[in-house]
Amino acid sequence: MSELTKLTLKAALAGLKARDFSSVDITKAHIEAIEQARGLNAYVLETPDKALAMAAESDARLARGEGGALEGAPLGIKDLFCTDGVRSTAASKILGNFVPAYESTVTSQLWRDGGVMLGKLNLDEFAMGSSNETSAFGPVINPWRRNGSEAALTPGGSSGGSAAATAADLCLAATATDTGGSIRQPAAFTGTVGIKPTYGRCSRWGIIAFASSLDQAGPIAKTVEDAAIMLRSMSGHDVKDSTSLPVKVPDFASYVGRSVKGLRIGVPKEYRMPGMPAEIEKLWVDGIAWLKDAGCEIVEVSLPHTKYALPAYYIVAPAEASSNLARYDGMRYGLRAGGPSLTDVYEESRAQGFGEEVKRRILIGTYVLSAGYYDAYYLKAQKVRRRIADDFDQAWQTCDALLTPTAPSAAFGLGEQSDDPIAMYLNDIFTVTTNLAGLPGLSLPAGRDAQGLPLGLQLIGRALDEGTLFSLAGALEKAAGFTAKADRWW
Amino acid sequence: MSEKSKLIQGRTGPWEIVLGLEIHAQVASNSKLFSGAAVGFGAGPNEQVALVDAAMPGMLPVINRYCVEQAVRAGLGLNAQINLWSRFDRKNYFYPDLPQGYQISQFKDPIVGEGIVEVERDDGTIFIVGVERLHLEQDAGKSIHDLDPNFTYVDLNRAGTALMEIVSKPDMRSSDEAASYVKKIRTILRYLGACDGDMEKGNLRADVNVSVRRPGAELGTRCEIKNVNSYRYIQQAIEYEARRQIEILEDGGSIHQETRLFDPTKLETRSMRSKEEAHDYRYFPDPDLLPLVLDPAWVQSIKDSLPELPDPKRKRFESQYGLSHYDAGVLVADQARAAFYEQAAAGRDAKLVANWTVNNLLGRLAENGGDIETSPIPPEDIAGLVKLIEDGVISSKIAKEVFDYMWAGEGTPAQVVEKFGLVQITDTGAIEASIDKIMAANPDKVEAAKERPQALGWFVGQVMRDTGGKANPASVNEILKVKLGL
Repeated sequence: MSELTKLTLKAALAGLKARDFSSVDITKAHIEAIEQARGLNAYVLETPDKALAMAAESDARLARGEGGALEGAPLGIKDLFCTDGVRSTAASKILGNFVPAYESTVTSQLWRDGGVMLGKLNLDEFAMGSSNETSAFGPVINPWRRNGSEAALTPGGSSGGSAAATAADLCLAATATDTGGSIRQPAAFTGTVGIKPTYGRCSRWGIIAFASSLDQAGPIAKTVEDAAIMLRSMSGHDVKDSTSLPVKVPDFASYVGRSVKGLRIGVPKEYRMPGMPAEIEKLWVDGIAWLKDAGCEIVEVSLPHTKYALPAYYIVAPAEASSNLARYDGMRYGLRAGGPSLTDVYEESRAQGFGEEVKRRILIGTYVLSAGYYDAYYLKAQKVRRRIADDFDQAWQTCDALLTPTAPSAAFGLGEQSDDPIAMYLNDIFTVTTNLAGLPGLSLPAGRDAQGLPLGLQLIGRALDEGTLFSLAGALEKAAGFTAKADRWW
Repeated sequence: MSEKSKLIQGRTGPWEIVLGLEIHAQVASNSKLFSGAAVGFGAGPNEQVALVDAAMPGMLPVINRYCVEQAVRAGLGLNAQINLWSRFDRKNYFYPDLPQGYQISQFKDPIVGEGIVEVERDDGTIFIVGVERLHLEQDAGKSIHDLDPNFTYVDLNRAGTALMEIVSKPDMRSSDEAASYVKKIRTILRYLGACDGDMEKGNLRADVNVSVRRPGAELGTRCEIKNVNSYRYIQQAIEYEARRQIEILEDGGSIHQETRLFDPTKLETRSMRSKEEAHDYRYFPDPDLLPLVLDPAWVQSIKDSLPELPDPKRKRFESQYGLSHYDAGVLVADQARAAFYEQAAAGRDAKLVANWTVNNLLGRLAENGGDIETSPIPPEDIAGLVKLIEDGVISSKIAKEVFDYMWAGEGTPAQVVEKFGLVQITDTGAIEASIDKIMAANPDKVEAAKERPQALGWFVGQVMRDTGGKANPASVNEILKVKLGL
């Protein structure tokens, strides 16, 4: 096993620039690691030839003293991003062997900056899930196991492939997306760093839509600084996405390591849920102490509408999804089944093409938008959404960022929650609020539970204030000293 | 038209028709409402389709500013409220020519609110139609069912093209009024350049809501006739549908709200789907698009750049040029006609120019199935013709002959007069000689004329015949009166 895959993105970029090793070297090392880790089921498509070709081009640029911010770095791409000439599936049967003739804005920016594509990463079908078990390709296995146990654990979802691949050194960093926690919860479950930036920071163009008003791309990486480096390349205004924000992209990495002295950190009392594991409660207390030690002022804040966030989310997201997924009708691309009548084709293609969780959400979404129910559900949920955003605005009067746990538990066993959709939905309880309000949220590993599994803390910031989150995350990362890696069993 | 004559007589008494129209007007734009794909007639199937029009995964709509501007222009032209904040909604339903599975439209918050249109009936009386709203939406593609017995073909060239839907209030009471209203809307949109109004290509079409009631009673249940694309079909569809509803009601039945289609070959409407079968469109705000917020200064600048619209232009033609209400109406019905007229009338006898334009030129063009754009005679030649009449070079009668030569492409009025020797004789010597000759040959008529001055006309006719119509009639009259001692 090559040591090159163990490097952080930052260290690898430095090594590439110094020509200590070539992009082809580090790409080959990753290709080999991926081949050996197929048991994790992190990649749904490996693209070694493309990776090596891109790496060779990077080496040529590096040899000329050229190269972008990610030059030569092998990356994994969540299979929700459309990639030109490379199968893109959203982990759904309904897309079949769909090969786009276009490249998503986010990935095209990674390639612009010299990134190398290793392949496409597994996810919950259409990013709908919190355990990666709804994927048509089967679940991703978390590289982490409980002490002394061989039970397969979930890496979380929906970006389970991105998180597992990053944790298991199958890429230097990965793209991911987050609609209700799909970056942050898997990051927490795998001991990695993930950030969902402000809504509109990254273009949604070319990302297969789940819930348009909530979907946002972001990176999963090994360190806070790596996440910052990735986010800078992924961000930027895009005229092809009307909801993309016309703002400049800061050098996020420059915020890591900055002093956080004097920053006011809010601790929302409503996030102290009954039945929360003591280890998570303790981690939160540790986090508060670390930030206090770093010179932050801790204030208790109230986000009174928090308890309505999850129900509102599970109305808004399925409503948008039910409409966004109408295009998968068997007519133009992907799976086509049934016949001879039009209704047969619609019904059979969608019945065979969509998995159970996707169908459940389409049904919920169709229901809440129906005549006679719209006001009671969708409209009400939008009002709740407004209130939740107001709660945050109120909190920003007295604090600069919020600190919370990322998820209510550590990684759970595959199959443990898959029979109970409601229990599964509760995984998003600390993360959905930021999606509803469009705010940035970052998860970083800060400790381990008694069984040795990683646990994450979440930082929530003001709109477009990712910089402060990176400074705080840098301070927490340093204080927590989380350096553990999953013992290799695969 | 009196109120009474608009009523339809049934077996059991009179009925009133109540009509409301939804006009779909394609925005005259080079590209689609939310994509950069070209809009045009005559391209091969599926040649004008962008990735977003085909609803490829991950593709997003981006609003076309030009289309928004046209909707604002149209709204201003309809004297309507421009909503500075509007929003796009998704109208969800499945159909193969609707790739997204939803149409992007404006449901709750349209870009244009209430307006007023003044419409003239054929008899010159005026009625007012309220505009409920105007909104922007995407057109669907085209399903072609007759190419293959087992398959339907889909052409997405039209998918995503921008439409303005103009919804009227139920303010029309006869098929004639409905047709006049559509004509008026078409004229206004063409003036504004917001829609080319080409009904044959389907660029302007109407859904007609028809109900009937006893005069003065509550509104009846309506049926909607979809996609009628000519004035004649609109009238025929209404006539049939009103009769159908009256018959049902007179037989003691009731009308069921439904959507119907007009069959122009059988001249009847038939049921497409009932209210129970109607789709639940599950409208909700499109999360891919931000609310459409207009800058009041931008709206004002559009307002300032609007062309003179038909109603004010007609009033101006009447006052500035002294035209009859009718002539002014004919000329302003089309912007090109009005421009032609004003060009020809500059510095000339404006009423005379109007006569020649309306009666002769437009009449002749209509006989040949054309309009002013296809006129073989340019405006300066109509002006030239009128100037020859004003200057007494030709008589009105000769002018008709000159006009025929101009129509036939024989040249400008001056060239025609020169080439065919049509100059009016104003030389009194020549006219006197002709009169003397005729008086000498007809002594009896001379005597008669002295008794009965009305007989003068006979002499005028003879002189005109003798001079090949070229004698100036005023001079002929004057000299005759002297010679006959009248």
